[in-house]
Amino acid sequence: MADLLVEFFQWGFGVTLVPWLAIILGIVAGVLAIVLPLLLIVAMSVYMDRKVWAAMQMRRGPNVVGPWGLMQSFADGLKLFLKETIIPASANKFIFLLAPALTFILALVGWAVIPFDAGVVLADLNVGILYIFAISSLGVYGIILSGWASNSRYAFLGALRSSAQMVSYEVSMGFVLVTVLMCVGSLNLSDIVMAQKDTFLGVNGYWFTPLFPMMIIFFISALAETNRPPFDLPEAEAEIVAGYQVEYSSMAFALFFLGEYANIILMCAMTSILFLGGWLPPFDWEPLYLIPGWIWFFGKIFFMFFVFAWVKATVPRYRYDQLMRLGWKVFLPISLLWVVLTGLFLLLTDKIPA
Amino acid sequence: MIYALCFYLFATITVFSAIMVISSRNPVHSVLYLILAFFNSAGLFILLGAEFIAMILVIVYVGAVAVLFMFVVMMLDIDYSELRKGFQKYLPIGGLIGLILLAELLLVGFGWGLSGPVTTDPATAIPALSEMSNTEAIGSLLYTKYAFLFQMAGLILLVAMIGAIVLTHRARPDVKKQNINDQVMRRRGDAYDIVKVKPGQGLG
Repeated sequence: MADLLVEFFQWGFGVTLVPWLAIILGIVAGVLAIVLPLLLIVAMSVYMDRKVWAAMQMRRGPNVVGPWGLMQSFADGLKLFLKETIIPASANKFIFLLAPALTFILALVGWAVIPFDAGVVLADLNVGILYIFAISSLGVYGIILSGWASNSRYAFLGALRSSAQMVSYEVSMGFVLVTVLMCVGSLNLSDIVMAQKDTFLGVNGYWFTPLFPMMIIFFISALAETNRPPFDLPEAEAEIVAGYQVEYSSMAFALFFLGEYANIILMCAMTSILFLGGWLPPFDWEPLYLIPGWIWFFGKIFFMFFVFAWVKATVPRYRYDQLMRLGWKVFLPISLLWVVLTGLFLLLTDKIPA
Repeated sequence: MIYALCFYLFATITVFSAIMVISSRNPVHSVLYLILAFFNSAGLFILLGAEFIAMILVIVYVGAVAVLFMFVVMMLDIDYSELRKGFQKYLPIGGLIGLILLAELLLVGFGWGLSGPVTTDPATAIPALSEMSNTEAIGSLLYTKYAFLFQMAGLILLVAMIGAIVLTHRARPDVKKQNINDQVMRRRGDAYDIVKVKPGQGLG
């Protein structure tokens, strides 16, 4: 990227860039190239979400603003932007405003290590998957801080629920990641995708192997991590009137909302990288490789997002004790058992990656 | 130059936030500064090329331990004047422990300087970064040479956890709990009987 920029400036403006400036500009350009399309995708995913629920509930969904209601998200964004930011008198002002910004930033920085195609990645970290795990485990702070800083009982209850929920589901999610890592032998996300080439019978991706149950657990944990139904207890509107978001208005609320959707898409991307073969086509068949990898990748994200919306439209909310039971008594033992079984399998079949 | 700049940035913020942890009035702010300190130490580890340790630091300490601290601290109902009194009372013993720690740290520092290079050359035991990523290096050392110690550390943590649960758990017989197995296994006949009542006789 940096070399390209140096060349571009030489050709366009006749200026030779200093190396460190070129590096910084290159990073900024890379960040913008990810964040701007991502924000557009987030806006459109809100629209898609609403359309999918509408279809499943036999309604028409947003259909007024723009052709087929396509501009609905932008209209909502504009409306939120023009509203007044209300800060409760008894709130801790700094933390109150820090929390939504934190949620939004964390939802964006995770994308730094996501490979969109072979070699198309902003930061090709050796520990990419740990980075994603770390970022997603930080997501709880946005909620817990907002709940505390609002100085409101509903918000606080939402924050407590959310912190317990996210910490619990992270544990089983970590074990799911371990099973995948044992099969791949690397923490790098590009390596994880490449290891899934032709896993079994010409199918690309770990979903067609005995890791399939882990994919289900990962997906359900991702629902819990992103506070999506059926695990949306932190904002349960029927009991604690939107929980941690209750005191927020205007752009502060919008940042939560956008951050939540960016997180959901990040989780969809993670599911496709870990189990569906990332940018690889679904089958290891030569003509399919003619279609660019990023199209496959976004197609998989699109599919996973549809499943997210599908779950929200069809499944009722869990009760709190049921949520804890599922996390600790069902997912944790199963994923732990699967770690042991995967290790045994790799050992006995002599398939341990070098 | 950028390296040195980053180091001083991370180091300054770490020291500053460590001081703020013990000096800020609001305990929630203390926990937030603690998190900031963790973060910047992770940054220092990354500068050292130890990306695995950095990420684990963030995942374990920031993502789990500090969340629990926060959880507890937020639920406390704290009277600040009460805290100040305690400060006076515990100052001597706290100061003593601090002094001992400081003396030990200094001893370690000086001792290192006096004894010359430790063992032969520590770098020979570590494979070059080009051969092996440090995640792999840690793994291959931890699960071979130090496997026993590693497992023992895990067991000690497990015992501590079970101990904490056993000590604080109290069985409450009056609380009704849902047993999902019972619910699923329940059949039509378990809940009611169909009785044929003859006319004029009742169920007597």
